[in-house]
Amino acid sequence: MNIVVLIKLVPDLVEELTIDDSGTDLERDWLRLIINEFDDHALEQGILLKEQSEGQVTVVAPDTEGVDDVLYAAAARGADKLIKLLGEFEQGVNSHALARASASVVQDLQPDLVLTGVQAHNDLDGSVGPLLAEFLGMPYVGYISGVTVGDKKSIARKEYPGGLIAEMEISLPAVLGIQAAEEPPRYVAISKVRQAMKTATIEEQEIIELDSSGGPTISRMFLPEATERATMIEGDEEEVAAKLVEIFQELGLL
Amino acid sequence: MSQDIYVVIEHLRGQVADISYVMLAAARVLAQGTGGEVVGVLLGHNNQELAGNLAADQVLYLDHPALAEFTSDAYQKTLASLIEEKAPRAVLFGSTSIGADIASVLSARLDLPMVALCRSFSAGGKYVSQICGGKIMAEGELPEPTALVTMIPGDFKPDEGKSDKPPNVTSVAVPALEELRVRLVGYVEPEAGDVDISQESILISVGRGIQTEDNIELAEELAELLGGVVSATRPVVDQGWLPISRLIGKSGKTVKPQLYLALGISGAPEHVEAITDSKMIIAINTDPNAPIFDVAQYGAEVDLLDLTEVLIEMIEEA
Amino acid sequence: MTAFVSNTAPGNSSFSKTFYDSLLEVVDGEHLRTCLQCGTCSGVCPFGYLMEFPPGRMISYLRADIFDRVMDSESVWMCVSCYACTQVCPSKIPLTTGLMTRAKEELLLAGNIPKELQSALENSQRYGNPLGESPRKRANWAKGLETEVAIMGKVKRPVDILWFVGDYPSYHPRVQLASRAVVKLLDVLDIDFGILGPEENSDADSQRLAGERGLFEMLAEKNGQALSKYQFNEIITTDPHAYNALRNEYPKLGISYPVRHYTQFLADRLDQLQPLLTQEIKAKVTFHDPCYLGRANGVYDEPRTLLEAIPGIKLVEMQHNRSTSLCCGGGGGGMWLDGFQWEKAHVRLSEWRVREAISVDADVLAVACPYESPRFEDAAKMVQGAGQLRVKDIAELLVDAMED
Repeated sequence: MNIVVLIKLVPDLVEELTIDDSGTDLERDWLRLIINEFDDHALEQGILLKEQSEGQVTVVAPDTEGVDDVLYAAAARGADKLIKLLGEFEQGVNSHALARASASVVQDLQPDLVLTGVQAHNDLDGSVGPLLAEFLGMPYVGYISGVTVGDKKSIARKEYPGGLIAEMEISLPAVLGIQAAEEPPRYVAISKVRQAMKTATIEEQEIIELDSSGGPTISRMFLPEATERATMIEGDEEEVAAKLVEIFQELGLL
Repeated sequence: MSQDIYVVIEHLRGQVADISYVMLAAARVLAQGTGGEVVGVLLGHNNQELAGNLAADQVLYLDHPALAEFTSDAYQKTLASLIEEKAPRAVLFGSTSIGADIASVLSARLDLPMVALCRSFSAGGKYVSQICGGKIMAEGELPEPTALVTMIPGDFKPDEGKSDKPPNVTSVAVPALEELRVRLVGYVEPEAGDVDISQESILISVGRGIQTEDNIELAEELAELLGGVVSATRPVVDQGWLPISRLIGKSGKTVKPQLYLALGISGAPEHVEAITDSKMIIAINTDPNAPIFDVAQYGAEVDLLDLTEVLIEMIEEA
Repeated sequence: MTAFVSNTAPGNSSFSKTFYDSLLEVVDGEHLRTCLQCGTCSGVCPFGYLMEFPPGRMISYLRADIFDRVMDSESVWMCVSCYACTQVCPSKIPLTTGLMTRAKEELLLAGNIPKELQSALENSQRYGNPLGESPRKRANWAKGLETEVAIMGKVKRPVDILWFVGDYPSYHPRVQLASRAVVKLLDVLDIDFGILGPEENSDADSQRLAGERGLFEMLAEKNGQALSKYQFNEIITTDPHAYNALRNEYPKLGISYPVRHYTQFLADRLDQLQPLLTQEIKAKVTFHDPCYLGRANGVYDEPRTLLEAIPGIKLVEMQHNRSTSLCCGGGGGGMWLDGFQWEKAHVRLSEWRVREAISVDADVLAVACPYESPRFEDAAKMVQGAGQLRVKDIAELLVDAMED
């Protein structure tokens, strides 16, 4: 079984985010990038499927700062092939551009299954999975938390609110947007990653042009009003309770 | 090409989802600017009555056995042909397991622009979206010619999208739905057993301040009134007063509820790190220096037991 | 946890054999051959009674070539690397650093590791601290203090003392209070000191003992690079784990500086410090010997010297003191295995220690390790009768005894 996992790095929310001088984008100088959490799960799911039934996992990622380490860590976890897309990815690239850029690379790999995270927190133009599926002419189902693969079909468990699951049968090849892998992403000891750095190779694919059409234009990017400390509600229990009821009503809970 | 705003109505097993009403309320704001109508788009099979309380100027109903329950392929094909034909100004989808499965596919299939994570529209018809876990807001012109928008709840309440008067429902022909690549096998109910607090939207959380096991009943009463669930910090779980599945913190679960009411919780780092994604945190603690007040939006220094009793009374009266 | 599959045993050799051979390579590892199976290690281990495989039994399974069964159990993660076993072993086997750490390394390589610990290790790797805090904010605790704290990268000048602050003293709100006390002490003693600030990474000693040798080396390299940029005469640290790393492990990686724990440093300057301790603290104080200051590095007297210098204090000893001190439970990864260990034990080592403190009628439990104040304060809230017990770092007590 040939599995391709598309991953990307996104701004780490541990660091404070600021807006650049143009007022329409994130200040990227201090941005720390980490693997999109859901892509991490997609990778884990891919490795799990490989372990259950002979397969090969290829990881594809756009070239951004720190991506090499992430790819080697993926190899240490069990990925067989690593492909880095070279192009103008440094300033951030939207999902439409990434989907177009990866489509022909993924197509050439002739996958049975393409896995990617169901979403990323900075996807202002939606997630990359469904777009990629359409460019590849494959079906797409998202919010997946369990996958079994048969001959020409796969059964995926799709999550709905409240813990409800829908079992969907999907014709392969297909793209799945992973919400959670069947096991949490395993730990990889640093010594294993260092080992992978010596033994694994990262293939490079040049992407000549990035077409980001299909996304919105941003006229303004800003930070929501920050509150330093809690607004303290004064008064006794009655007064506080009355104020809380008001807040609950505003939230639509009552 | 019209100035109408379409809203793809989400429903699951016979229930219209709240996000549908939220989108109708948002669509109203947008339509006021464009001068078009708010049109609900209901896909289903023999369930036209779901349109009953939608606050829309009209509802287009598309009926086909393959549309009875949501599957991505069938919904995509149906909506693609509808949108291509009608070319509305915008189509709103929920940023959900249903909406997010179709919006982007349609963007690529029909070569139409997309805006995601939108929470409202400004008076001038701009989209206002929230990205990076809520830390960053982005605003811009609604793209042309037909903007596909996925929406998150936030600025509109479901009630604002409900109507007493049933809207005008028009049946629309559905294209041939053959060779569908996605098929619903069936639903699997959540395991009977304890709740998964990481999926809950309203959490009443108790800490050391709850003092005794009996007092937890109060918290449970309050939780029930608000449609939520009780969660706890380490000391409460250690005492065995609540199962470990209710534990929030470094050793427990990370949660992202709409409302997190912290009763008698000091706010140690090991706990706070697991609640920072909450939309609203309200903290009740008699210690004014409790670190929980640094992460809460609202706080009060009253006795949590007294407060909970009064709060329960007031909610029951409201 | 999933069944153990060894990552390091080559095809034609049993896992037990490979593991055994690797132990022999640890410093003093050959003492393993002389294990008497006396059981003292298992007896003195604070969680020995709970482990399916306390140290003694691990060795017997190793000798019987069925060590992989040990790896299938989770009992290794109950070990808090407190050195009690190593201390008492008559054959002088390096149980803590050899056997227990190596076993944890194997589990880590196989990916069998409790989730809490996994996050701490991933955070250490990504952010240079196990708490997952932004490295850029590592020196924020030092802002707005009366004394300005020199950050080496900013002041770019030689200093006398390089203070290696540590993770919890930098980021944990409770422990930051002790850090501020240390600033006051260094100031009144006119010490010319600086800190690495955002360039400092975790000493990672506990992570090393939790099985992540690679992580330890990676962070040591980074710290080594940062240290090599600056000129100073000596390193002091408030963290016994950092002390242990800098003193005993870093030199093996070619990073070698004179280093002392702050209690040793201050005890040396007692004649300067004593006249400043003018405020009486009328209290019965008992001192908890941190595992990595005491048992691991033999420093028992200096902390007591400092405490005895405070007027009004009556120093009392708990039943377990000095080399028999009871671990607070934070070492060897224990700091990040609280949930896991609680599930097994339903008792915390920190609570045992607090009970000991109140059993000798102590008003104050004095500590000298950053893991301890949050752990003991939490425990004091849970233990009956410990409501009045105060937990204070020695630095905080010294400052309390000085005039404002």
